[in-house]
Amino acid sequence: MTPTTLPTPRMIPDSLRQKIESYVPRYPNKKAVTLPALHMVHSHFRCVPYQAMKEIAEILEITPAEVADTMSFYGFFPQAPLGDVRVWICRSISCMLRGGDELLEHACKNLNIEPGQTTADGKLTVEFAECLGICDHAPAALSDDGRVFGPLDESSLQKMLDDLRKGPIPLEEL
Amino acid sequence: MPKFEPVLSRNWNDPEILSVKRYESKGGYAASRKALTTMSPDQVVDLVKASELRGRGGAGFPTGLKWSFLPKDRKETFMCVNGDESEPATFNNRYLVEKDPHQFIEGILIGCFATRASTAYVYLRFEYIKAIKILEQAIAEARAAGHLGKNIYGSGFDLEIWCHRGAGAYICGEETGLIESLEGKRGWPRIKPPFPAIEGAFRKPTVVNNIETLACVPHIVERGADWFKSMGTPKSYGPKLYTISGQVNKQVCVELPLGVTTNQLIEEHGGGVWKGRKAKAAIPGGISMGLLTKDEFDVPLDFEEIRKTGCLGLGTAAVTVLDETTRIIDYLYNTSRFFAHESCGQCTPCREGTGWLYKTIKRIRDGGGRIEDLDLMNHLANNMGITPGTTICGLADGAAWPIKNAIAKYRPELEQFIRENVNPAARIAPVQEAISAGRSPLPSNTSMFVPGIGIAKSATS
Repeated sequence: MTPTTLPTPRMIPDSLRQKIESYVPRYPNKKAVTLPALHMVHSHFRCVPYQAMKEIAEILEITPAEVADTMSFYGFFPQAPLGDVRVWICRSISCMLRGGDELLEHACKNLNIEPGQTTADGKLTVEFAECLGICDHAPAALSDDGRVFGPLDESSLQKMLDDLRKGPIPLEEL
Repeated sequence: MPKFEPVLSRNWNDPEILSVKRYESKGGYAASRKALTTMSPDQVVDLVKASELRGRGGAGFPTGLKWSFLPKDRKETFMCVNGDESEPATFNNRYLVEKDPHQFIEGILIGCFATRASTAYVYLRFEYIKAIKILEQAIAEARAAGHLGKNIYGSGFDLEIWCHRGAGAYICGEETGLIESLEGKRGWPRIKPPFPAIEGAFRKPTVVNNIETLACVPHIVERGADWFKSMGTPKSYGPKLYTISGQVNKQVCVELPLGVTTNQLIEEHGGGVWKGRKAKAAIPGGISMGLLTKDEFDVPLDFEEIRKTGCLGLGTAAVTVLDETTRIIDYLYNTSRFFAHESCGQCTPCREGTGWLYKTIKRIRDGGGRIEDLDLMNHLANNMGITPGTTICGLADGAAWPIKNAIAKYRPELEQFIRENVNPAARIAPVQEAISAGRSPLPSNTSMFVPGIGIAKSATS
């Protein structure tokens, strides 16, 4: 008997594949589309699983290892989905000087999670961030749908967490 | 002194300026038209050289000179615009993109014409979600209006601008790290030489410029080098976006001529130190720069004078204020934690050194410090970076500088902190202490199991 591997069904849909391919003419080689492709796959699935890495590699004519090598360098791409909304609470200098570290701690304690974890209901992931570039709002937070929060204190932090748990808001409405 | 007229920020109060029509109606794209239709690329380079515009990204390298390093016989050139802006407390590039994107696009257009680059990549950090959206929209409008694309203004010059999103890595603001990231790899800086001007993106001659630097260019083309040099201080000319954040009443981004003082920024624009307190120190331009003590608040914040205070430089002109109650050890804890997190891991002295510095500072902060730790950290800090020649890029220099600088300027405070904050639980383990003192790590008359050796006995008694 010869060992057989079951074919894994493709996970990247044709429309997304075409979108990735449409970026190829922008660069002198296909490999340069790795980051844009990762972003596109991530915004579609809210994560980049191994099967998607393999398919990106196939589209860009590189090896899956190259995709994994690049992807693992950046803090942005999870391999399994996070919460419906992902929020970064800044802990760099301007925010720290105005209580950012304490707010992060407070938020995590309140939600009963550690930084980087998702709430039990799957609604919200809280991560720390090194400077988000929104220091005019320090102490600040940013959600992955583009909402900027700050200057935060304990009560506005609570309001932010409550708002975020209602789900993402499309950027057009901001 | 005559009242300063805003240059880069002149349209920030106009929300309509995001549309290309509005920008054109205010005289926009006149400079790019002038450059492309009446000047040669070399004339633009010479003009920017004459203006003595220096790069706004942190190092302050003369822009015209950078452009002139490109090989004369090149066939293809790339422009990479560095919008990774990750130095803590810096947000001026975000304002430039969000509030007046066409000014920036016009700057790219002239910069690309001068360097004969027909493709520009704008590398923006992913956190700037709104800015990316605004910029992509503005690029599409500019293309539709004929400011980008083929044969722009009938000059025969072609240009396409593409937005390239980062994915959360500080090191991608280093120009060769940015290029590697653009090429779809890990953002690991390259060994130089070759410099990007000779061999950059896709191994072709490449210019890497900061957003604010390029935003200055249309104004220089429009109003001339002498006008540009009428602002600022010797060797530091032109307008500059300063950001003020931290323990002040108003955290803002303001445009002023280069060479204002920290005092002016805090009092006139930052609304004073918060909670009615006094200032203790300020970071002049991102945490890599070190600290200015309050006695140095009258030093002009420009490329030259600031170095005389023992700070690394002007950096990104992101001024962060520390009030009198803030402990230097907390500031060091924050900066060292940042660099330990952001070291890319390529060079051992930086990967390990930033981690050691963070752990040492954390131990001191927890009450387990020793006076000799300060010298130990100085020793470590002096041996990591491109200055001692042990790393590929300057991240380690930026990580080491705040520590060297704080030990030089605030040693009495740090020593007092170590003496007054003693927590035996935080002290280093006796084994580590013994090793650092050159003794056997094993207590006398004890033995322990060492894998591969068996039972080891202590050497003493």
